[in-house]
Amino acid sequence: MLQSLEDLIDDFNSIGVKDRLTLLLEYSDNLPELPPKYSDHPDLLERVEECQSPIYLFVEVDGSSKVNLFFSAPAEAPTTRGFASILHEALDGKTAEEVLAVDEDFANRIGLAEAVSPLRMRGMRAMLHRIKRQVREKSST
Amino acid sequence: MPIAPDSNPKFNEYAHPDALVSTEWLAANLGSEGLVVVESDEDVLLYEVGHIPGAVKIDWHLDLNDPITRDYVDGAAFKALMERSGISRDTTIVIYGDKSNWWAAYALWVFKLFGHDDVRLLDGGREKWIAEGREITRDGAAVAPSEYPLVIRDDSKIRAFRDDVLAHFGNPLIDVRSPQEYSGERTHMPDYPDEGALRGGHNPSAASVPWAKAAGELGVFRSRAELEEIYLNGAGLKAGDNVIAYCRIGERSSHTWFVLNYLLGFSGVRNYDGSWTEWGSLVGVPIAKGTEPGLAPSPR
Repeated sequence: MLQSLEDLIDDFNSIGVKDRLTLLLEYSDNLPELPPKYSDHPDLLERVEECQSPIYLFVEVDGSSKVNLFFSAPAEAPTTRGFASILHEALDGKTAEEVLAVDEDFANRIGLAEAVSPLRMRGMRAMLHRIKRQVREKSST
Repeated sequence: MPIAPDSNPKFNEYAHPDALVSTEWLAANLGSEGLVVVESDEDVLLYEVGHIPGAVKIDWHLDLNDPITRDYVDGAAFKALMERSGISRDTTIVIYGDKSNWWAAYALWVFKLFGHDDVRLLDGGREKWIAEGREITRDGAAVAPSEYPLVIRDDSKIRAFRDDVLAHFGNPLIDVRSPQEYSGERTHMPDYPDEGALRGGHNPSAASVPWAKAAGELGVFRSRAELEEIYLNGAGLKAGDNVIAYCRIGERSSHTWFVLNYLLGFSGVRNYDGSWTEWGSLVGVPIAKGTEPGLAPSPR
């Protein structure tokens, strides 16, 4: 597993359940804005249907197979923004190979299920799934 | 001591004017002894982003639903929830939330299963409070210690189970889901995750009245005349009707339950919280597809 992800899992699990929600809020607050090339072209973004609130994502894979991630989610959906920001923090700038190797079980290990309820974690798993699918599509050409 | 109701003239036309407070009333009464303000949202983190000063958070997943059984919390868990929220049996509770008070109405309905007497909704909820530029804070609320009795949840009056629905056919049912869910085109809300039902459609004879029709701009409840147009003329309800409302898991229909019960004065309205995720997967129960209500089967 990626070191960046392991660090993140450790960060969340080393604190109490209430503080995990505060940490998620920090991630939510810090989700990077979409660059104009995507905010001006919402049609390029993929909708994550499994999330309760509208979230869109776009994955770039460059010539040296480096992955860049872009997310868009409204301020009224802080949990979804927090999930996106966690994935951004852990996976942005990694190689396609590294992203594809991320354990699907990652969302269960982060200790957030107790803080937000297990049902809500489905959105994070779906985001990871869609990121991987886009990485596969964009690295095969 | 209950706190004096909001005398806002808009509310006087409703059957139970004291079930609502305005943002003006709440701003003037914040911090009053005997008042606890509760925020209840769909998004579990929205309260943390900023809430009405002094408000406590109650989350539908974590606080109101039993973590194991598909049911609401029991009397002991409700007592613990009330005590960690600083609520006593005689506290005046004002609940507000996002999405036109959808989840706030759900919380209110659960509070009523436990017979809490004085629970009101903030008309317009979170959206209106913020749109008016009123104060919000990220500071946690200071909760005063409280004692709450152990109350046995009463499911017999405002909650319907599947057998109640089967026995209810011939009386009005209101389906508050989206038109696409009603017709059977899809089994979940547009833009929402599929929580699973094996069949798409609606309970035969149910009238389709999407829940959000009851809310106008900034999430405030529509006037009595507008609500009567929707539910009496539109959906054909008559005074004295015995109504069951349902949706997908019982949250949107709590909003309609609130409207029918407190604003239009129907008595004995029940919320079928099993709703379509149960009915649409139950073996052997009748359903109807398409945009027409269909005929009521014989009650059983």
